[in-house]
Amino acid sequence: MIASGKVFKYGDNIDTDVIIPARYLNTANPKELAKYCMEDIDKSFVDKVREGDVIVAGKNFGCGSSREHAPIAIKASGISCVIASSYARIFYRNSFNIGLPIMESEEASEKIELNDDVSINFETGEIHNLTKNELYQAQPFPEFIQKIIEAGGLVGYVREELE
Amino acid sequence: MGMTMTQKILAAHCGQETVKAGEFVEIDLDMVLGNDITTPVAIREFDKMGAKKVFDKEKIAIVLDHFSPNKDIKSAEQAKECRIFSNEYKIKHFYDVGQMGIEHALLPEKGIVVAGDTVIGADSHTCTYGALGAFSTGVGSTDMAAGMARGKVWIKIPSAIQVRLTGKPSSYVSGKDVILHLIGTIGVDGALYKSLEFTGEGVSALTMDDRFTIVNMVIEAGAKNGVFPVDNKTISYMTGRAEREWKIYEADRDAEYDETIEINLSELKLTVAFPHLPENIRIIDNVGDISIDQVVIGSCTNGRIDDMRVAAEILKGKKVHKSVRAIIIPATQEIYLQCIREGLTEIFIEAGAIVSTPTCGPCLGGYMGILAAGERVVSTTNRNFVGRMGHTASEIYLASPAIAAASAITGKISNPLIKEKQIDDSQR
Ligand code: SF4
Repeated sequence: MIASGKVFKYGDNIDTDVIIPARYLNTANPKELAKYCMEDIDKSFVDKVREGDVIVAGKNFGCGSSREHAPIAIKASGISCVIASSYARIFYRNSFNIGLPIMESEEASEKIELNDDVSINFETGEIHNLTKNELYQAQPFPEFIQKIIEAGGLVGYVREELE
Repeated sequence: MGMTMTQKILAAHCGQETVKAGEFVEIDLDMVLGNDITTPVAIREFDKMGAKKVFDKEKIAIVLDHFSPNKDIKSAEQAKECRIFSNEYKIKHFYDVGQMGIEHALLPEKGIVVAGDTVIGADSHTCTYGALGAFSTGVGSTDMAAGMARGKVWIKIPSAIQVRLTGKPSSYVSGKDVILHLIGTIGVDGALYKSLEFTGEGVSALTMDDRFTIVNMVIEAGAKNGVFPVDNKTISYMTGRAEREWKIYEADRDAEYDETIEINLSELKLTVAFPHLPENIRIIDNVGDISIDQVVIGSCTNGRIDDMRVAAEILKGKKVHKSVRAIIIPATQEIYLQCIREGLTEIFIEAGAIVSTPTCGPCLGGYMGILAAGERVVSTTNRNFVGRMGHTASEIYLASPAIAAASAITGKISNPLIKEKQIDDSQR
């Protein structure tokens, strides 16, 4: 599986409240949530984001509450992958479980800049910066995490397994 | 290179000889837990997965504790969903009003979780069972649903911080002071993704209830799990309760830790966490003059029998200050009954405190003691975030039952030890 797109770049400690503010949590509909994604940190995100784009951020991405709405909003906005130097634990789990691929790489988090074009190979963990022509190595997903993502998340994965 | 205690448990549950930090594995589960808030969401995901049966009806626990006995219609509907699901799938460990207690006090007490287990729960304080030498961690509702359907969960193998305990705690210093001190030292993200492994000769100086309190709050330092070695105290706690055989795992001698933190229990002081983060700690001598409106003694952190006994010891023959509401909540039916049998309930009521049936209640701002704007509480619970127990302009001070009981008498945050005289004065 390969993802590629343009980069939106953010800093450290991006919390679940800026990813999807609590005032919009009265729905769990992904399309609805996507309309407000990143609103409190980047008002232009929703207008600019295109299918396949990538978010790159610093450390402790997704800290705060355990709401599954946060990765759901990011995924529904069209983002194909998030790259950060580290994640808050429950966001990390929730992302894979709802089918949003996320990668951890300090080097990529530092060197990739806003609007760079990147392509990510989930099987090898290679992150290719097409704009700068640089290659960064993240840990690839093990086979079953890839299967979870390919199945659209844990619900789909378990459904296939049970069939 | 050797494995940590957590890594040993996880390796044994994924059928591998060894595991390494950072590796992803799927582990077999010995117990999957949910409560009245998270289970209804998990049931919906379970149905979406097309699951027709649970992996093992004896290895799922559903405990109605957060808003139970139900506080309003919505919570009654949620409890009803849990009840219907548990009946339909014949869930053995379903605990409703009359049998229920706060989940993380109840499961060890009933012997439903034992040393060597792997446990996930759709509740962040599921980490508590590490006190028994088990691997246990909090997850989301989707994980709980998949756990109920498959009996497995995916885990990224954590590295560990070793916390080496030496010495013996002095009078009234308890597990709560140990964990508040540790969180104050490493910060609320100090153990992100990691295990906190408690070791050293100081372990033997801690009661089981101290250990439950300590591991209960490792999540407040961001940890994935916390774990204590299994010793004689653990074994005598499990004896007569355990419904399955336990298994003892030990860290390898050459286990690698990211760092080692030393805590000398003899030097530890009574500690309070100030609003609005558990890392904002001060030792009791540096607290200053802080008047309070309410005291809560209870929760999965400090609602056990040790906690009730120390509170009773301090409240015995005294009166709760006239401007304080004191709310005492034994965490389970068994502890509640024990309080009655030991005469603790009488002491509490004579002192002017109220004693409630087991519930999470005020800990998460549910009911049974919500705070108004500007009010302050000394609470034995685990989180003092903005608005956690009521109005966003209220303040939560986290402390041990000893400090909470002393503060109930004086009306301000007080040291149970050196303020004996002050406590006596306030009774005049
Ligand atoms: S007592 Fe508080 S922290 Fe513990 S399970 Fe209940 S709500 Fe959560």
